[in-house]
Amino acid sequence: MRDGPVIARDALMRSIRAFFYERGYTEVETPIRLRTPCMELHIDAEPSGDHFLRTSPEIVHKQLLGAGYTRIFEIGKCFRRGERGPLHHPEYTMLEWYQADADYMDILEETKALICAAAAGRDLRWGEWKILTVSDAFMQHAGWDPAGHYDADRFDIDLVEKVEPAIKRLGGPVVLKDYPVEAAALSRKKPDNPQLAERWELYIDGVEIANAYSELTDPVEQRARFEKCAAQRRAMGAAVYPIDERFIEALGRMQPTGGIALGIDRLLMLLLGKTSLDDVLPFR
Amino acid sequence: MYSASDLKKGLKIEIDGDPCMITNFEFSKPGKGQALYRCKIKNLITGNTFDKTYRSVEKVNKCALMSRDYTFSYIDGENYVFSDNETYEEVTLNEELLGDLKNFIVDDMEVEILFHNDRALDITLPNFVEMEIAETEPGARGDTATNVMKPAKLTNGYEINVPIFINEGDMIRIDTRNGTYSDRVSKG
Repeated sequence: MRDGPVIARDALMRSIRAFFYERGYTEVETPIRLRTPCMELHIDAEPSGDHFLRTSPEIVHKQLLGAGYTRIFEIGKCFRRGERGPLHHPEYTMLEWYQADADYMDILEETKALICAAAAGRDLRWGEWKILTVSDAFMQHAGWDPAGHYDADRFDIDLVEKVEPAIKRLGGPVVLKDYPVEAAALSRKKPDNPQLAERWELYIDGVEIANAYSELTDPVEQRARFEKCAAQRRAMGAAVYPIDERFIEALGRMQPTGGIALGIDRLLMLLLGKTSLDDVLPFR
Repeated sequence: MYSASDLKKGLKIEIDGDPCMITNFEFSKPGKGQALYRCKIKNLITGNTFDKTYRSVEKVNKCALMSRDYTFSYIDGENYVFSDNETYEEVTLNEELLGDLKNFIVDDMEVEILFHNDRALDITLPNFVEMEIAETEPGARGDTATNVMKPAKLTNGYEINVPIFINEGDMIRIDTRNGTYSDRVSKG
């Protein structure tokens, strides 16, 4: 019992909350049922009556940021339809946090400190954090640079077949940063290179556990991205969610902000040295 | 047709007309990317294994495998000819497909042949077959120990180890699943 996943999760939650309280963050609680979920090309929301279960708390958190909150975090369940496997569960626990007046690299420093605090007392031997740009990783392992030559299908396939296995071989924490702007999602473009977006993904032992942005705060560009995404989803035969106008409006009031979503179930799995969520989700 | 989301370990599918089996399966969804189904696949005809990644929109052909009952008819060079128990239609299997099993095929033996469309893939013999010993050193009279073995040759030339009490002309039962001696068939 003592070393089981239930006790380990409790310890992890305590250490995460202590970390954020210490740094002056406000813990927030936001709705799980949304009238309109955040629209992303390949994420499907689970309907709940005339609402949807949230796939991420992002669009609500940004309304808080627009209202003037500067350091917020939330730990809560998110839901993604049809995602199930050793590293996926359709209902999972997400840690999301935002820091105003910060960018994605500030968030990286904070993430290192958080993971370090969460892993304290465990003999994990993860080694140094390695940082690769998407362009370098693709040039080295897939033979092409997606920046400026983005092909979504080829990008996904090469990422899964070539780049991620190489990241797994490196082992320990590996950050893949500066995504092609077409894969920016809700991140802003790099000021000195509009082909790239300020986004990174963290892998630990080859398992993707977090996604961070310098947040896009331009309502016009955000609306254009949603409209493009809606057209692509319609063409794929996927559900199209209406745009949340309160979210778009809030973006215009946000300071430059760094933000991140981190999968707690996967982090717990890695902290316990396991390779499947089966080992950390007792009610799977 | 299967959808990519129907794929799982052990599933038999058809790729480029060949029957294949998924020997390893992984659901993958890289950050913000599309759902991908990474498979290790074995071609059931060539035995080759390869990796293949399916996108969620892709469809995969089902593999129609069917087995039928046949009776062994005759040998034609390197080929073994069987006739369908119901239609009497003949099917020919070559030595390569039969492998070691060719040594245990006897007259009028009833077998099961696995087909993919019209192509024979595999054969299943009865678990036991009775065959005659053609050559072996004479056994010591009265020695019925079954744990002391000696080499022997069947009438078709196949070499097999048998207990010391077996003699030339004896009928023995052979386990076709591993090609070993099972027991002696009592005379009369």
